[in-house]
Amino acid sequence: MGWRLALRPYLLIVPALLLTCGILYPFGLGLYYTLFDFSASKPQPDMVRFENYATVFTQEAFWNSAWVTVLYAVGAAAVETVLGVAVALLLHRSSLVGRILEKILILPLMIAPVIAAIMWKLMLQPSVGVVNHLLKPFGLGGVQWTDTPTGALLSSIAVDVWVYTPFVAILALAGLRSLPTSPFEAAAVDGAGWWYTFRRLTLPMLWPYVLVAVIFRFMDSLKVFDIIYALTEGGPGDSTVVLQIRAYLEAIRFQRYSFGISYTIVLWAVVYLAAMVLVRHLGRIQRRAAEVVK
Amino acid sequence: MGTHPHDRRQFLALTAAVAAAPLLSACGAGFGGDDKKSDGSAADDVTGSFDWRREKGTTVKALLNKHPYTDALVADLKSFTEQTGIKVEYDVFPEDNYFDKLTVDLSSGRASYDVFMLGAYMVWQYGPPNWLEDLGPWMRNSSATAAEWDQADFFPNLLQADQWSLKAGAPLGQGGQYALPWGWETNVVAYNTEVFGKLGLKPAETFDELRELAGVIKKKAPGAGYDGMYGIAVRGSRSWATIHPGFMTMYARNGLRDFTVDGGKLTPAMNTPEAVAFTEDWAGMVKQGGPPSWTSYTWYQCSSDLGAKKAGMLFDADTAAYFQAVDGASPASGKIAFHPGPKGPDGSLATNMWIWSLGMNAKSRRKSASWLFLQWATGKEHLRKGAITHNHIDPVRQSISQDAAYKDKMRHLPGFIETFETVVDQTKIQFTPQAQFFDATTSWAAALQEIYGGQGAKSVLDDLAGDLADKVG
Repeated sequence: MGWRLALRPYLLIVPALLLTCGILYPFGLGLYYTLFDFSASKPQPDMVRFENYATVFTQEAFWNSAWVTVLYAVGAAAVETVLGVAVALLLHRSSLVGRILEKILILPLMIAPVIAAIMWKLMLQPSVGVVNHLLKPFGLGGVQWTDTPTGALLSSIAVDVWVYTPFVAILALAGLRSLPTSPFEAAAVDGAGWWYTFRRLTLPMLWPYVLVAVIFRFMDSLKVFDIIYALTEGGPGDSTVVLQIRAYLEAIRFQRYSFGISYTIVLWAVVYLAAMVLVRHLGRIQRRAAEVVK
Repeated sequence: MGTHPHDRRQFLALTAAVAAAPLLSACGAGFGGDDKKSDGSAADDVTGSFDWRREKGTTVKALLNKHPYTDALVADLKSFTEQTGIKVEYDVFPEDNYFDKLTVDLSSGRASYDVFMLGAYMVWQYGPPNWLEDLGPWMRNSSATAAEWDQADFFPNLLQADQWSLKAGAPLGQGGQYALPWGWETNVVAYNTEVFGKLGLKPAETFDELRELAGVIKKKAPGAGYDGMYGIAVRGSRSWATIHPGFMTMYARNGLRDFTVDGGKLTPAMNTPEAVAFTEDWAGMVKQGGPPSWTSYTWYQCSSDLGAKKAGMLFDADTAAYFQAVDGASPASGKIAFHPGPKGPDGSLATNMWIWSLGMNAKSRRKSASWLFLQWATGKEHLRKGAITHNHIDPVRQSISQDAAYKDKMRHLPGFIETFETVVDQTKIQFTPQAQFFDATTSWAAALQEIYGGQGAKSVLDDLAGDLADKVG
């Protein structure tokens, strides 16, 4: 009986352990491969220790990609947060319209990002795209949306915003609907205006929900591949080659496996660090929100 | 304080050991590839007289790209099964992700597919890691190869393009035969005869004339009833595929090389003063007479624009224009003519080509049946049927290009046969064979975009050459 009792907790965690191993195995294998110069032209590689990482960090291309990745992630997450919260506030105020718009709002989320990017690529096409067609009466019909580095980056961010703003809006709306009513009633009795109530009550209590959305969107945007690759393939030049695209090109297209995986490991470290900072910040925000409710 | 039966340290040690086990086993697992090459070819196992039904009952798995050639093949597969008793199962993927799928499959060493489509450039990438079966021993074995297959009937430059010694910089046409040509494309100029007629234009004979012509069409065609028409459609996306058609053809006609080879060492040559001047002119031509949003242009947009009367000219694969020119295919059907394109300063019509080839997986367990399939698919009977009843052009076999029925079919396309016959002898792969081809040409396309965007051609191409020197040198 004793050994059965001793074994029980281990048996209970077997599914979780298997799942963890399923995640850790490819990760560990990838990490191990980065210590070699494994490529299609060198299937029996030599151990090069940390040379791949040294090469990554000394490449101008890496720093360019890192910069573009950060610009994209910050830009997309910031715009989506502001727009998402604004949309949530509007939907929260008008109950009937809000309920109808809620259903419509979710539609972009139901489209695969790569499909959305292809769709937008067609719509942004300068000569036959619908966007320039609509802008033509205002004298803006000749915009070359993805032909310049800035235009390509902004267009990619815009597609990301189109796809994912509803995600932020829905999280923020759920947060708004779960806020306690008593602080707002007290504020109304005291004659507080809309702006004061929003700044002192709504926003502090809503922050934990918004920050959860920011964490999701920022992490996802750091790892972006599909939207940019479908829209610009990383061009023009290297202007939209984010870290994931660089890793894909190195590992799959150019078949320098170890080097390509090194890029993904570096990206993983960046995402992990960003997540740690944001989650720690989330804890502080949650405590502050709880104080406001009290 | 009593001891808990499940001590935390003991628990962590055990779980860590279990979690680490796969990682440790991975360390000893080695890598997916295999650089050991067997001395003998499986072709040597085939003896006796040739028999099409030698492998009856076998199933061959094929990986195919979505293409009119594939349509012609699939439509005729029943004949192959009837002739050999071999069943063919196939997967078809769109071109956007076809090569990723093929690369991942070959690199895994799983041999999910016995035969597959590939371009001749892919031999440079898939050949060195020994993923491709050397078909030479099969071709030379009369027990394995039917007498009527007739190797000498292939255009020699096409067969040579799939043959390589696997040494960077070594010329094609030596070493193993890693694939068989199946369908190919020369890169020439196709133009809208209606627009040319209305504007009183003639096809360009020099690169200067082509640049001027592109600008004239963009300026005058909209006023002549072709709303939004621009001069010339050429590829511009950030992809290796941007370099090889019109750009590389005109580059080669100007006597320029991608690399120089000296004692086996490759030196990038895309930043020589002549190459810089040409690249500037090319980017200038696109700005003056090219498509809007050029940096996203693939062959598909180029071809569609010619068909939709949005482009006055197309400098790309002849097939890209052919598919728009055939009856009922597009608004420009019946109004598309072909021309070899501008000559180089010395009159050169050196032309780059793309060859859809068929290859065999070196890890295939059904090599004998796969070889029968490759023979049939590149044989005269199937290719003739594909060329005449489907759209499997340009023919890789000389006999089909001269076939009366084929010529009859193509004759209604103005200039097609004449253009083909003019450039065929000067058409070959104009790139230097080397394993980093896709990296080099993708970076080259990115450089082209930067020059188009206004950056100095000299500094951009110097950076490109410096970067590539480290990778291929």
